[in-house]
Amino acid sequence: MTLKGNVHKYNTDNIDTDVILPGPYLKIHDHDELSKHAMEGIDTDFSKKVTKGDFLLAGNNFGCGSSREHAPIALSHSGISAVIAPSFARIFYRNCVDGGYLLPLEVQKSTLEQISDKDTLEIDIENNQIHDVTNGKKFSISPFPPLIKKIIDCGGLMYYKE
Amino acid sequence: MNITEKIIARASNKNTVSPGDVVFADVDKLMVHDVSGPGVIKVFEEWSKKGIHLENVWNPDKIWIAEDHFVPSADRISAENITKLTDWAKKFGIKKHFKYGLGQYGICHTLSHEEALVLPGEFYVGGDSHTNTTGALGALAIGLGHTDIAYAMMNGRIWLKVPEAMLFKLVGKKPAHIMAKDIILKIISEIGTDGANYKTMEFSGNAVSEMGMEERLTLTNMTTEAGAKNGVIEPDAVTDEYLRQRTATSYRPILGDDRHYLEEYTYEIEKLEPIVAKPYSPQNGAVARELQGVEVNKAYIGSCTGAKLEDLRSAAQILKGKKVKIRTEVLPAAQSIYIKAMKEGLIEIFMEAGAVVGPPTCGACCGAHMGILAKDEVCVSTTNRNFPGRMGHVESQTYLASPLVVAASALTGKITDPRDVSK
Repeated sequence: MTLKGNVHKYNTDNIDTDVILPGPYLKIHDHDELSKHAMEGIDTDFSKKVTKGDFLLAGNNFGCGSSREHAPIALSHSGISAVIAPSFARIFYRNCVDGGYLLPLEVQKSTLEQISDKDTLEIDIENNQIHDVTNGKKFSISPFPPLIKKIIDCGGLMYYKE
Repeated sequence: MNITEKIIARASNKNTVSPGDVVFADVDKLMVHDVSGPGVIKVFEEWSKKGIHLENVWNPDKIWIAEDHFVPSADRISAENITKLTDWAKKFGIKKHFKYGLGQYGICHTLSHEEALVLPGEFYVGGDSHTNTTGALGALAIGLGHTDIAYAMMNGRIWLKVPEAMLFKLVGKKPAHIMAKDIILKIISEIGTDGANYKTMEFSGNAVSEMGMEERLTLTNMTTEAGAKNGVIEPDAVTDEYLRQRTATSYRPILGDDRHYLEEYTYEIEKLEPIVAKPYSPQNGAVARELQGVEVNKAYIGSCTGAKLEDLRSAAQILKGKKVKIRTEVLPAAQSIYIKAMKEGLIEIFMEAGAVVGPPTCGACCGAHMGILAKDEVCVSTTNRNFPGRMGHVESQTYLASPLVVAASALTGKITDPRDVSK
């Protein structure tokens, strides 16, 4: 599977779920409605800027805080297909994978510094590689652990046969 | 194995497990509330479109429902979420539904211990990140999102990776001005909001043995803010007595033996000072006395973290016979706690001091309602998070603190160490 899209970069650690999908919107469960509020805590224009298939690039511990599944849902339905970060908070990571909403891609911290906002990326999921088409550089992604890979390949936990 | 590993081994029918193992474990108890409940219902609706239908939940007696985030309903959507959840619970035979305004109700995690809904040795999953709270009862308590909870509701089990464990030994005699909130804020200031990512945070030491259950619950509650998969304290006589007062159900506690930890830390409690976490992170700890003079507009005593009976008693001790200088709210975390506080005269103390005493609800903790903050407002709060926009406007500020510090600050309108309150 190869993904292609543009980067939306937020060079900040600990982007938490209150930023990704603020508290007052937790009463909303409609996916399209939620997508309008994605990343509203840090960028009120986010959902308008994203084209389907784009990527989010962020710092350490992305998605920390709450278990709200609204967070990956809002990102996914705004058009983001993958979040690239040096590390993820555990419940957010699980929600992305088990819900089949987004791919959480772990990279080295140094990778973050070499990809710029608006760069075009081609991501080869099977071979764990990012190719930054804009600057020509290539980066590796940490391979998914075996169970995570199986759940991702199925499209989410509901399709996974134990 | 330590207690967490032992519970996972039991729940997954294995003799032993080691950190890094991935297993499917049988769930003993499961919780949703008025956000994750409708979230899970939505997941089942989406699954239905793909041909996967929930015929029955795996065991309706092992599930309970709390109404806490958006109650009392302030708008039509919240009211409809409650009616939808109520109809769904009835359809699937879930009887333990703590309905707002009907007997016992309140914040989900507070109910889990007040009602002894989770017992030592059990594997418990909750549709809320602060599910870690319940680990103070010697259970494995982890927070999950809607898809994972839906899966567990249908199948009675869920996958998990066995975590590495960090041990925090708390030693020495706790001074009167120090609460568990100060201890855990100190720990998080040193390890960071991802310092325990994917790991167990286990607490032991004489300072823990000498702590009441409610103070222990504050420790495990806040492990979520260090990224921990779970927080846990081995059960002992304090656990037994706490549960004996609340349930006649027997249980078989699980204790670790030949315990292994990735890291061990010792904290000498006598040396601690009251701490606050400055905006905008729970890891941004600072000594309260060094922030004397920082003006605050609001004092908030609420949430699963800081509105249990002991928390209210501590705040009342400071406020008794005095008047608050700033807007102050007290929201007991469950109706049973509200009633106990009333019988002890605490509610009168808060009201005479000028504070508003509100109903049990998560309220402003997550920016839902019941006193959210405007731009540039500064709040000192017994809650658990202070990320940008957490309690209201993205440019409001929240200082996290113990009930003693919050009450002291309410009297002066500035961050105040409880030792500095004039008698």
